[in-house]
Order: sequence, then structure tokens, then C-alpha cells
Amino acid sequence: MTTDLQTDPLTAVVARATELYEDVELQSVRDWKARGEGRKAIGFLPIYVPREVIHAAGALPVGIMGGGDQLEIVRGDSYFQSYICHLPRSVIEMAVSGRLDALDGFLFPSICDVIRNLSGMFQMLKGQKYVHYLDLPQNFDPELGGRFYRHELRTVADAIGRITGTAVNDERLRRSIRTYNVNRAAIRELLALRIEQPWLVPTTEYYVMLRAGYLLPPDEHTSLLHEYLEHARSSNRRPLDNIRVLVRGAFCEQPPLALLRTIERAGCYVVDDDFVLGSRFIPDAIDETGDPWEALSQAFLKHSLPTASKYDEANNAADLLVQRVRDVRADGVLLMAPSFCDPALLDQPMLAGALDKADIPFTSFKYSEDTGQFQVIREQAGTFADAIKLWGKA
Amino acid sequence: MSTAIKDRSSERQKRMLAEYFDALADAPATGRKVVYTFVPGNLTELIENFGLLPVLPEINALQNGMRGRTGDYIHAAEKHGHSEDVCTYVKADIGMLKAGNIGPTGKPLPKPDLLLLSYTGCFTFLKWFELLRKEYDCPVVMLHVPYQGDGVVTPDMRAYVANQIRDKLIPELEKLSGRKFDPDRLREALKRSAAAEDDLVYVLESAKHKPSPIDAYFGGVYYIGPIFTAFRGSQDAVEYYHELREEVDDRIASKLGPVTPDGEVHTEKYRIVTEGPPNWTSFREFWKMFYSEGAVVVASTYTKVGGLYDRGFRHDPHHPLETLADYCMGCYTNLNLPSRINLIESYMREYEADGLLINSVKSCNSFSAGQLMILREIEARTGKPGGFIESDLVDPRYFSAANIKNRLESYFQMIEARRQRA
Ligand code: SF4
Ligand code: SF4
Repeated sequence: MTTDLQTDPLTAVVARATELYEDVELQSVRDWKARGEGRKAIGFLPIYVPREVIHAAGALPVGIMGGGDQLEIVRGDSYFQSYICHLPRSVIEMAVSGRLDALDGFLFPSICDVIRNLSGMFQMLKGQKYVHYLDLPQNFDPELGGRFYRHELRTVADAIGRITGTAVNDERLRRSIRTYNVNRAAIRELLALRIEQPWLVPTTEYYVMLRAGYLLPPDEHTSLLHEYLEHARSSNRRPLDNIRVLVRGAFCEQPPLALLRTIERAGCYVVDDDFVLGSRFIPDAIDETGDPWEALSQAFLKHSLPTASKYDEANNAADLLVQRVRDVRADGVLLMAPSFCDPALLDQPMLAGALDKADIPFTSFKYSEDTGQFQVIREQAGTFADAIKLWGKA
Repeated sequence: MSTAIKDRSSERQKRMLAEYFDALADAPATGRKVVYTFVPGNLTELIENFGLLPVLPEINALQNGMRGRTGDYIHAAEKHGHSEDVCTYVKADIGMLKAGNIGPTGKPLPKPDLLLLSYTGCFTFLKWFELLRKEYDCPVVMLHVPYQGDGVVTPDMRAYVANQIRDKLIPELEKLSGRKFDPDRLREALKRSAAAEDDLVYVLESAKHKPSPIDAYFGGVYYIGPIFTAFRGSQDAVEYYHELREEVDDRIASKLGPVTPDGEVHTEKYRIVTEGPPNWTSFREFWKMFYSEGAVVVASTYTKVGGLYDRGFRHDPHHPLETLADYCMGCYTNLNLPSRINLIESYMREYEADGLLINSVKSCNSFSAGQLMILREIEARTGKPGGFIESDLVDPRYFSAANIKNRLESYFQMIEARRQRA
């Protein structure tokens, strides 16, 4: 990269986001804490926690997405058998090496048995800190699952309020919902731009822009997104002869950046995906006026996106996928899944079946966050793209 | 198991199972409706309340595993696009379905009229029934059982589960069966459950004797059979456990060790606590690796997946829905890791065990994630050696007999060496 950062604002904004992505030491969190007396930060794991609650207690919500391919695993492997996915190893590595020391508490949302048990391991390792398993409801009736969830939310709010010294009241929570609604709107803009002109939003850039929201306070992230959008829109990037793909299965352990680059270089514009899914799990604005607890609860019960670890109550997740493929005008689907990821891999046959039925081309492969070999995936994605370009199907 | 327990109890269990599978095979003719559900958090008494028949897919998978059929079933499921990485119970079940749904006894299994997703202690259950829903085009009721993340059951958790049972599940079961819910009948069933549970606990705790009259893992899986499956709340189960208790009493009085497929263990050399499910495809071979060395399992966590009765829980007829809720939430894999460690530590002490042996199965993240930490923690707390082996539930590709045997032998030697030093 020879461009002068001073003169290319797009490069500069991407560089800032990339720097955050690479910040496995959580230096940015330490810096944020140092800028104010008594500041606290709460870590959370994939997929989704209502960050509004953490924010309303005055703490910084910090997404823990694993160490990617940047972290050498020294001790993490001794905690997990070879047939367990990679993410918990790097998370444990970060924990035992002190990298997570800047965090004052941890939320483990219900997503799979590995993250669930990891919450217990953290209770053992970080006994003095707040570690809570956030049981998201799998019953979507407001009177059943909703009531349970609202109580969960209040419990979490109370606990974090005790850590920060700022009790969460309705007004504070409403304000946080508003803040995140603005952030959600910016994310929607990013998604829309990519759907319309994917050549303006390369996947790696899109990815680090989303990830930045897992370290920055929400309003700073919103500003960064606005800045990026402005410069990306006015860049002179030209479209390539790529196909448009939709990605599913990467909602927890994240693919390394180099893998995303590989996919794009193999001729695929990613126009929809489930990377960093928690950042837009509730895609649209949450009600800012009424009972904020109720609003958060309704948002989860009624308006969250389908994903493998959420019970598909209405039995239409596969149909929604097909619909989404049409909406974003994707030519095909990449079913990616972390190796040994039960939720993603058990979901695949159902998604594949629906795609087959709808005559939508797809291809599937496994990865891990520290995948370093891309040859096979490059060829697979390349062949997929070529086949679609030639025949309209794979 | 006929060679292992040639007692009245085992004869009774055999008859119960045969009648049960017959009833399932006859269901299409008799018109009895069928509910598929899972072992942890199963609501057998409630299903029975409506005259419905439960089918437990894990039991079919493990029974098929013992009969050597799951290798082919898993292969078939993988050919249909199921990943080699995921739980093999699911694949064994899907494979069995693709092969015509012939149950373990060779008789056909009926299709489900309802899938009761008792979502307790395992995420895979959710995907499993989503998959079956597609295969059978049949309704599902989700019963979300919260995890004991903080090591406790709160009143809200209890109310959540009990309300789901009352407001969602019972109306569905009424609709399916055409019968009204009968609370008195449920209370009676729960009374019988509690009586059987008393006797089961007596049997499990008999392993505190030296020598232990039972093997609480390899033998234990037979003892938990009726109460973890279709029979809890039945008179047959009450009698089964009563007979079993008497048989165990006889063994205690005569200072006899556990019965194995090759006869009795005469010298109890090692008292072991196990964590994790057994391997089913080479069950007997696996067991032999223990008893041929004089190793007896005195307590196991696996025999708590369908209820933690030995820590005091009993079904309570006075609070029928709340007790069902507590039952679901108390199953072993619904406990958080610190609680599991505490439980194992207490077993190590109460049963005066020589060590903890973990059989880590590839299939089951619910059990396996965190087991290496359990091992280290128990070693540190008790000073007793821990052993770690890896296998799988029903995928024969992951049972490496020579390797496991070697590891077990070295492990027993390590216990011996520790003893000498002490
Ligand atoms: S990658 Fe999959 S299995 Fe691993 S922690 Fe995430 S959801 Fe669980
Ligand atoms: S993952 Fe474990 S608990 Fe879940 S279905 Fe498979 S074997 Fe059973």
C-alpha cells in the first residue's frame, strides 16, 4: 500500500478499523478506561447480547470474538480436546494471558454448549469477576419467554449497575436504545451500499468496520461508519466481473481476514452474511418511547434475525434464507462453518435442502479462525464463481 | 445384559422393554399417538397422563450402537449431507430413519405425532428436532429449560418452565390426545416416581460399600434404564427398583462385588469415579478393560443425565408442575461447570474413590467442553490421579481399543504407584 494516509481518508478510516481489529491486547479498551475515572468495560461473547443494557449502566460493551489468526495459542489448547472448535481456545488464551484483564465482567449468551461451558470455565478462572450466562429465551411468547427474558435483563442490569455504580433506570435505558438505533441505522446504510455497489465495499473493509463496533463506544463507531460510507461512496473503485454471494454459518467463530480476501479474489462479492452477527441481530430500530425493557424483549422475540442457535419456531428460517437470497440478488450461497461447530453444521443440511429446492447454487466449506491455508477454498470459490458466470449455476 | 444380571429385576426390565417396543410397533394399528422427546428433562408422567407413548431417540441410537448398526446409519446420514463433525446420535437417528425406521428390537418405530423438544442441557436437541420436523412434517413443542448458569434454580426459572408446561405443552397434549389433563392421575404417577427414585438412590449409593456390590457406570446404565426413559411413574418401575434394591441388599450381605458379562468381580482393586457417557459400540469390550483389571466404577456422572436423584431431588406430587420444572433443570448436563466439579469432588470423597476417569466423547460438547479443566481441578482438590480417554458414543470409527486399553492400564498403574508411595 503506497497511498499516503494523510491524503487518502478512505485508507485512513479503514486503517483505524483494522488497527482495532488487530487489537487482541484490548489496548483500545484500556485507553478508553484510562480516559475517565472509574470506567468499566463488560465483555460479551457471540452472538448477541443487548448492549444497550451494558451501555445504560455506563460501561463499555466489548465483543470477544476470539483471537483470529493473530494469536499464538500457548495454553488454550490444553483446555480443549482436538474435536472442539477453535474459538474457545483463543478466548481462554486471551483470558489466561491477561489480555482480558481490562474487562470487569463477562456475559456468555446462550448459543451452544461450548460457549455455555466456557462460561463455567470463566467462573473458575475469573472467580472474582462478574461472569454470567445470559439465557436468551427459546420460547417466543411474550408472556412466557418474554417475561423470563425481561427478568434476565433486569438481573444483568442490576449486576452491571453494581459494578459501575450507575443504576440502570428506564430513562437511561431508553437513551441507550436511541444511541444504538442510530448505530443500527448506520449499519443498515453500510449493508445497503454493499448490496447496491459491492465493489465500493470490499468484504475485508466491511468486516473491520463492523468489528470496530465491538471495541468502540457506539457513537464513535457510528461516526466511523459515517466517515467510511462517505469516502467509500465517493471512491473511484470500479466493478469487477464478480458474482454476488450470500454467506451463512459464520456467526460465531470468525473467518480470518485473509479468508475473506480469498473469497473476493476468487470472484465473489459478498452481498450478505452473518459475520459479527450480534452487531445487527436486531436490524431495525427498537422502540424508544415506551417501556424499554419490554422494547428490548420484543425486539429479540419478534425482530431478531434467524440463526442456527435460535429455535426456528415458525419453521421458516430456510425459507427466509431463500427470500434473502432473492432480496439481495445473490447468484449463489457460501455455506461456511467453523470446523466442529455443531449449530452451524447441523443447520447446513436444512439450509442446503431449501437452496436446492429453490434452485439456488451453493457450495460449502469449513474453516477455523486461524486457517492459514487458502488454496482449497480459493479453488472452490473460484470454480463456483466461474460456473455461475458461465452457466448461471454451480 | 442377560449374562450380567440374571435376576428378577433384569427379567422384568427385559419384559418391560419388549412390551414397550411392541406397543410402539402396534401404535399405527391401535391408534395410540406418539411423542418423541429426549432423556434429559423428559416428562414421561405427563405424556402418560394423556395415554401417549414416548419415544426417546437417544435410546434408539445407543441401543442400535450396542447392536452394531450405527456405523452404517452414520455413514448414510453423512451421505445425505450431515457433517462428520457433529453429534453421532443425531446421525444414527437420521440414518435409521432413512433405512426405514426399524427400531433396535427389529420392529418398526412409529412416526411422531408430536416432537416434544425438552430442551434441557444440550443445544443439539434443538437442531435434532428441527431436522426431524423436516423429515416427518410434524409439529414441535419447545420446552425451554433454562441452564443453571449461576449454579442455582431461581423462582423465575421455575415459573418459566412450569408456565410453559401449563400454558403451552398441556394444551398441545390435550389437543393431540383428545383427553383432558388429569391432575390427580399425574399426582399418583409422581408418587410412584418418587418411590422408585428412593430405591434407585439406594442402589446407586450401595457402591459406598467395600467391595461395591454394583458397577455404577457399566452396570449403572442398566439400572437407570427404566427411570430415565418410558417407565418413570409406572408401577412396573416401582417394582423393578424394589426388586433391584433387594438383589443389591443380598449382594451387600454376602460381600459380593458387581456382576459383569464374565461373572463377578472378585477382587476390587480400584474404585473409580467416571465422568462422561460410555462408548456403546464396544460397550462390553470397554467394560472388560475395567473389570479385567479389578477396576469398579463406584460413581458416575453419566447416570445423572436423566435426573440427579442422589442429591435429594424427588418428584413431588404436591407441586406437580413445579416439580417437573425442577426435575428438568436439575439434570446433570444442565449444571454449570463449577457445580459439576463440586459434584464429582463429593463423589470422590463419599465413595472413597482412587481416581477420576474421564471418557471424553467426540459427539457431545455438552459433556466434553471443559472436561480437561474438570480433570485438573479434581486432581488438585483431591490429590487423586485423573485419567483421560477419548472415544465416541455410537461411531465405531472413534473407538480405538488398543489405544484405550493402553491408557487405562497405565492409569491403573499410576493409581497403584500413588498408593505405594502413600
Ligand atoms: S464456533 Fe460453533 S461450536 Fe464453537 S463456540 Fe461458536 S457456536 Fe459454539
Ligand atoms: S450433544 Fe450430547 S447431550 Fe446432546 S444429543 Fe448429542 S450426545 Fe446427547
